[in-house]
Amino acid sequence: MRRAHPAVRTLPLVPALVVLLLFLAGPIAYCVWIAFTDLQLTGQAHSSFTGLANFRRAFRDDAFLNAVWLTLVFTVLSSLVGQNTLGLALAALMKRASKPVRTLTGGVVITAWVLPEVVAGFLLYAFFRREGTLNAVLDWLGLPRQNWLFTLPILAVSFANVWRGTAFSMLVYSAALDEIPAEITEAAEVDGAGGWRRLWHITLPMIRRSIGTNLMLNTLQTLSVFGLIWVMTRGGPGGRSQTLPLFMYEQAFQNSMIGYGTAVALLLLLVGSLFSVVYLRLLRTEV
Amino acid sequence: MPLRHAYRRRPSRRRATRRLAADLALLAMAAAFALPLAWVLLSAVDPGAGLRVRIPDGLTLDNFRAVLTPDITYTPLLNSLLLCGGGTALTVGCAALAAYPLSRFPSRLNRPFLLTILFATSLPITAIMVPVYALFVRVNLIDTLQGTVFFFAASQLPFAIWLMKNFMDGVPKELEEAAWTDGASAAQSLVRIVLPLMGPGLAVVTVFSFVMMWGNFFVPFMLLLSPDRMPASVSVNDFFGNRGMVAYGQLAAFSVLYSTPVILLYVLVARRLGGGFALGGAVKG
Repeated sequence: MRRAHPAVRTLPLVPALVVLLLFLAGPIAYCVWIAFTDLQLTGQAHSSFTGLANFRRAFRDDAFLNAVWLTLVFTVLSSLVGQNTLGLALAALMKRASKPVRTLTGGVVITAWVLPEVVAGFLLYAFFRREGTLNAVLDWLGLPRQNWLFTLPILAVSFANVWRGTAFSMLVYSAALDEIPAEITEAAEVDGAGGWRRLWHITLPMIRRSIGTNLMLNTLQTLSVFGLIWVMTRGGPGGRSQTLPLFMYEQAFQNSMIGYGTAVALLLLLVGSLFSVVYLRLLRTEV
Repeated sequence: MPLRHAYRRRPSRRRATRRLAADLALLAMAAAFALPLAWVLLSAVDPGAGLRVRIPDGLTLDNFRAVLTPDITYTPLLNSLLLCGGGTALTVGCAALAAYPLSRFPSRLNRPFLLTILFATSLPITAIMVPVYALFVRVNLIDTLQGTVFFFAASQLPFAIWLMKNFMDGVPKELEEAAWTDGASAAQSLVRIVLPLMGPGLAVVTVFSFVMMWGNFFVPFMLLLSPDRMPASVSVNDFFGNRGMVAYGQLAAFSVLYSTPVILLYVLVARRLGGGFALGGAVKG
């Protein structure tokens, strides 16, 4: 064993490498190639290299620009603002709350996270529908009702993503808050620092690395949401909740333009890789 | 004396008030999160279910009885089980093997390899589904169980390898060295010593991979075509979308049946790890 040749030692890596190369690296390379072709779904015999035509086309396409804008709104609203802030608030409150309440809240929030994506989509579809629960609650409170999925579809799907994804931030921040030594918070309290000042000057700086990691992972997860929006609105009405993954799907399959759809996919992949690299940098300073 | 007493009591009373405030705030949030969940639970047993949360007209199992047919429930759930079971077995097997040299034999290549793996964990898989579809059409893997299983495994492998390597680092090397002295091979010490000792870690990787695949909609939606091969995540969507009048009670009943296994699995693992906070920690690196 101790004398085994280095080549023999790396043998166990082979199965994983084969699967990863064939089914992950391969498709990514293929993605890069067909993004520059005019491949169509209809199975024409030859697709030809068209250079940057797909990309030039994208930036002149109003539907694409609309999708970019909606993806931005969706990501900022649901990931940066929603999941992140709500997750931190939940984690902070859980540290102070009594145990039964903590367990109950944790259980409910985590259940929303563990549910299959499609089921989460149904639940929130029912919640936001004109005859759904949200409007019932608004009636009860005497507030005006809305047809949420029609008037503000992007807001509805953003809320849905917050509902589904907050548990992750909550878990990350709970772990981070547990690592802050109690003496530090107590010392600040004795010195008369109020809740908000303690949060701003002590808690947030101490968990800044967790905030960075969490934001990156949330954003990456949010960028690839498809099923949730598909079930709730199909990207509609009139493309008003069509984020990039749904736009890419529509171009590739409804409009049969695989090449164009893949070009959009490549752009999404590039943005994702950028976030991924930032995430790695964050981890590296931590390790 | 009374002064000191008062001094000692005030902070504790303030703490109690604060705890009450935190409890109330959390309960309000929990209620907001619970509303959509309440809908699915109540509608599943409500003979006249609609779209809003309400007290059921009466208790009935008719909704469950209506969906417990081969077409609606048994075949899709069996397909899900085959797909996710196959994908998970492949993922866990490959990850356990790959993690061993990464954890045990120092090499200059380990660090770049692990960084690449970590980079791949956070790539948006959704983005490559269109080219994967095109590629699968070309190589005749479209609409096959094995093709989808392999793709599932490839998409989960980076994270599984990363988790597995970290768990394996936690198993002390001395135990293995003793086995090597007794003439055990690396394969034997992996199977007989390392894997049994990292039982909880192995359970986390297995359950996590399975849960991710079980809930995944986009991959089978793109890679499978025939209705009789569809897993529950896709078939439920047809059931919901392609019937003019939607029977909400049945939809809710099906959602309950389809979601229960992953929730149970999660509870199982979370218990063993004391709260399930390990995943958050593992992701943090």
